[in-house]
Amino acid sequence: MINTLLQGILLGGYYAVIACGLSFMFSVMRIINLAHGSLAVAAAYGLWLLASKFGISPFAGLLIILPVMAAFGWLLQRFVLERSASGGALLPILTTFGLAIVIDNLLFEQFGADTRSLAPFIGNLSYASWQLPGHIFVGKLAVMMMVTAIIILGGLQFFLSRFALGRAIRATAEDPDTAGLVGIDARRVNATATAITMVTIGIAGAFLAMRATFSAYAGAPQLLFAFETAVIGGAGSLWGTLVGGIVLGLAQSLGAQLHPQGFLIGGHVVFLLVVFLRLFRSGMPAFGKIRAFLRSPA
Amino acid sequence: MSLLSIRDLDVRHGLLQAVRCVSFDITEGEVLALVGANGAGKTTLLRSIAGAHLPAAGQVFLGGQDITAVPSHKRIAMGIALVPEGRRLFSQMTVEENLLLGKTAGRKGDWTIERVFDAFPNLKPRRRAKTGHLSGGEQQATAIGRALMSNPDILLLDEVSLGLSPLVVDRVYTQLQALLSSGTTIVLVEQDLGRAMNVASRVICMLEGRVVLDRPAASVIRDEITNAYFGLHHRADEDRSAS
Repeated sequence: MINTLLQGILLGGYYAVIACGLSFMFSVMRIINLAHGSLAVAAAYGLWLLASKFGISPFAGLLIILPVMAAFGWLLQRFVLERSASGGALLPILTTFGLAIVIDNLLFEQFGADTRSLAPFIGNLSYASWQLPGHIFVGKLAVMMMVTAIIILGGLQFFLSRFALGRAIRATAEDPDTAGLVGIDARRVNATATAITMVTIGIAGAFLAMRATFSAYAGAPQLLFAFETAVIGGAGSLWGTLVGGIVLGLAQSLGAQLHPQGFLIGGHVVFLLVVFLRLFRSGMPAFGKIRAFLRSPA
Repeated sequence: MSLLSIRDLDVRHGLLQAVRCVSFDITEGEVLALVGANGAGKTTLLRSIAGAHLPAAGQVFLGGQDITAVPSHKRIAMGIALVPEGRRLFSQMTVEENLLLGKTAGRKGDWTIERVFDAFPNLKPRRRAKTGHLSGGEQQATAIGRALMSNPDILLLDEVSLGLSPLVVDRVYTQLQALLSSGTTIVLVEQDLGRAMNVASRVICMLEGRVVLDRPAASVIRDEITNAYFGLHHRADEDRSAS
């Protein structure tokens, strides 16, 4: 039982890594990036390509892939998201949805249907573990992901509160119009924020590929996990993301204990519970509105 | 030479034309009060000078340079700072952080956080408080301080007294007094006519988007402004020309 709980908590580290970018982008630009998972998979393919074709270790490969992701993020914001965001709140969702389809199918066309993994390129890290007293095993990779999650979240927090650029990002998130009046170039800030997001996506992609296998269409489930984590933790809250990840990881691990098929269902159930709890606590008006809508003859 | 010139400025909110063919010049050191009824176009005019709302027609010159198409974040670097209506602080951030944001444009000058605290002593103990938790007077002081941190050549003050009690308004103006007499060029929107005439060297009255009166504050009589304010002036002229 303790073993299950521990695995669940550590799994939360991975979810926190993949969700923090989604949450960050939403809190700064009010954009829900539906291409989030696909971009992580694209980064995973990049690392796989470097490892299998050029023999570059995935950890060294990150030094190449992360700057590429950051640059791609900058361009994506400048040339795609910025334009679509000016057309209303719905348009970026459709745009990133389309982007996800394009990325998935390009990857499929390029790499085919074979599942890949970075596990062969990282020695025994993907399955190595430490044994704790009481017959408890903790995976080295899982611990590494948890530590990385804490470093990323702590680093982001530090950057946002202590650096001028971090303050500019927070100011733009709160009120872009007034941010312009104090001299902040909102376009530059948003492009920077997207670049930062892409770096976290790149790291998440690396972990995804190290801990398991991935294929061209593996992006959608990752997006779902990221989305559930962000919502459970409260969208826009950095440390909430870690809590959300841990809750989701625990729910999935416990679900899997109850029933072999329970892994995903456990996560979804907790996600829905949190959503309904939020609606009840803050949103009786929301229910009222739905009821009024149903009652109105039109 | 005039520091700022506005030429035939038209500003629209969609179909609504808020500012119609407004022209005036401001010379250095002038304190210009913009008065007029609600909806006369004062705030829109200030926002278009600050670059937050680009005009539909007309031009804005700063020191002879055409800045009509320059976006707001570059105008503050050129020396135009706006204290927006309703203060518009970043409420999740502390007083200090809000002030530091004012430095983003990076203009050289002698405004520092310490000097802002000297000018507005009531902010000093609130340095690490989130601005969402401040009183109205403290918020207004922070908003003015934030604009000053950019070391502006022209300070635009939009309804500094909005939503404040008369006592607090007095205090804000006392604190502003040093600034008003220091030779900084200021354009302020103020609902209180008496106060506007007291602090300003020149008064412009707007009505339905147009300038209907533009006089030095010393030579203008309160009744003249009141007439312009309500458009009585106007009406009288039209009646005369009709007869």
